[in-house]
Amino acid sequence: MSQPGFFDLLSLGSEGWGRALLAGAWMTVLIALSGYGIGAVIGAFGAWGKLSGGKAIRVVADAYTTVARGIPDLLVIYLLYFGGSAAITSLGRMFGAEGFIGFPGFLAGALAVGITSGAQQTEVFRGAFKAVHPGEIEAAIACGMSRTLRFRRIIAPLTLRHALPGLGNVWQIALKESALVSITGVAELLRQAQVGAGSTGLPFDFYLIAGILYLAISSVSGGVLRQAERYFGRGVRRG
Amino acid sequence: MDFEFTRDTFLSLIAAVPMTLSLAATSIAFGIVLALLLALARISGILPLDWFARLYLFVFRGTPLLVQIFLIYYGLSQFPAIRHSFVWPILRQPYWCAIIALTLNTGAYGSEIIRGGLLSVPHGQVEAARAAGMSRFKLFRRIVMPLAIRQALPGYGNEMISMIKSTSLASIITLMDITGVAAKIISETYRAIEVFVVAGAIYLAINFALTRLVQLVEYRLSPHLRRPPPAAAPIIEGEAL
Repeated sequence: MSQPGFFDLLSLGSEGWGRALLAGAWMTVLIALSGYGIGAVIGAFGAWGKLSGGKAIRVVADAYTTVARGIPDLLVIYLLYFGGSAAITSLGRMFGAEGFIGFPGFLAGALAVGITSGAQQTEVFRGAFKAVHPGEIEAAIACGMSRTLRFRRIIAPLTLRHALPGLGNVWQIALKESALVSITGVAELLRQAQVGAGSTGLPFDFYLIAGILYLAISSVSGGVLRQAERYFGRGVRRG
Repeated sequence: MDFEFTRDTFLSLIAAVPMTLSLAATSIAFGIVLALLLALARISGILPLDWFARLYLFVFRGTPLLVQIFLIYYGLSQFPAIRHSFVWPILRQPYWCAIIALTLNTGAYGSEIIRGGLLSVPHGQVEAARAAGMSRFKLFRRIVMPLAIRQALPGYGNEMISMIKSTSLASIITLMDITGVAAKIISETYRAIEVFVVAGAIYLAINFALTRLVQLVEYRLSPHLRRPPPAAAPIIEGEAL
């Protein structure tokens, strides 16, 4: 058997790995997006808790951000994947199921990415809110806006504008962190590359392709984020 | 919570701390050198060097560390030329592969921090040093570098903490660092929560100690920003040079 060339591996036909790798790249984007979305919700509540919560809420939020930013992401994935599997298995036993039930890797991965990026987004949102000029909020109060209207029309858009650069960084981190989800066996990009490397004996080619696809995803999303920054920052005078 | 199991886990995990620290310390030390070279390449004004550094940053900051580790550990063994060369005794070992990948990675992130520090040195300081007749090297050693280090230190501290966390990926290529041992215990006993709490506490303790260490260095490096001690006797001795 002759070794297939680098570009033969990429072909989309039945012989090539192109289709599997693209499906993997799509799965990577899905994991990163779901994790990022979970993180955005956690981050919004975390920032709210840190800014205007009572003492107890602030302590909890501080503990969460300290812990989630101080321990390796890999450990969080292990906790959710193995801990989740153990929990589900014992739950299954109560209902008479036999044997081991695995926790879905996708869910474990998305939750893990969500927990770590949630801590980062908490800090991003908090910093962004603090960057909102108090005068703007005072003006809104003076206009007689209700709390919800004030949040919807003034605070949320301004906070988001200040948060965008930080949110872009957090997205790039989440995207790269999603590669760790491959240890749960979810068929994302790195996992597909591992499978390909194992069955063809060409690890360098496959990890190189995976790296190029990650670069492509991060460049495209980076471009979109820059556009978004320009769009939402169009009311800001520069220089 | 099972006290005996927790204690045994703690003892096994503590035994793995030297591996984590040695991975982190070695790659941070090599990484600083690489980061400095890349930062100098970026601000050198020599276009090919600048482009090379930009490309390097783009590649190493745009791909996951795990892909870089796999590319070096599994990928390079694909080529017979490498397997038969003198570097093979190094590239064969997961420890050195992890060090290389971590170094290349932290070099990319660190260079931007150092570049920021170098660019923050006020131009007047450099002009004053030139006016005093310092050579380029002396100016860099005595004026630019100390000021840049002071400025870059908080950022670099964060990078060091993220390196401590990144060393956990070495466990995927069979190294028995804290996370490696934790994963082994978890997969043997399926008691993820206890192991996670113990391992997490150890990582937090390491990172806390590191944070304090960086703060201490920062304090030592910025005497000019502190209030002078209340009863400082004027020091006038010897001859001015």
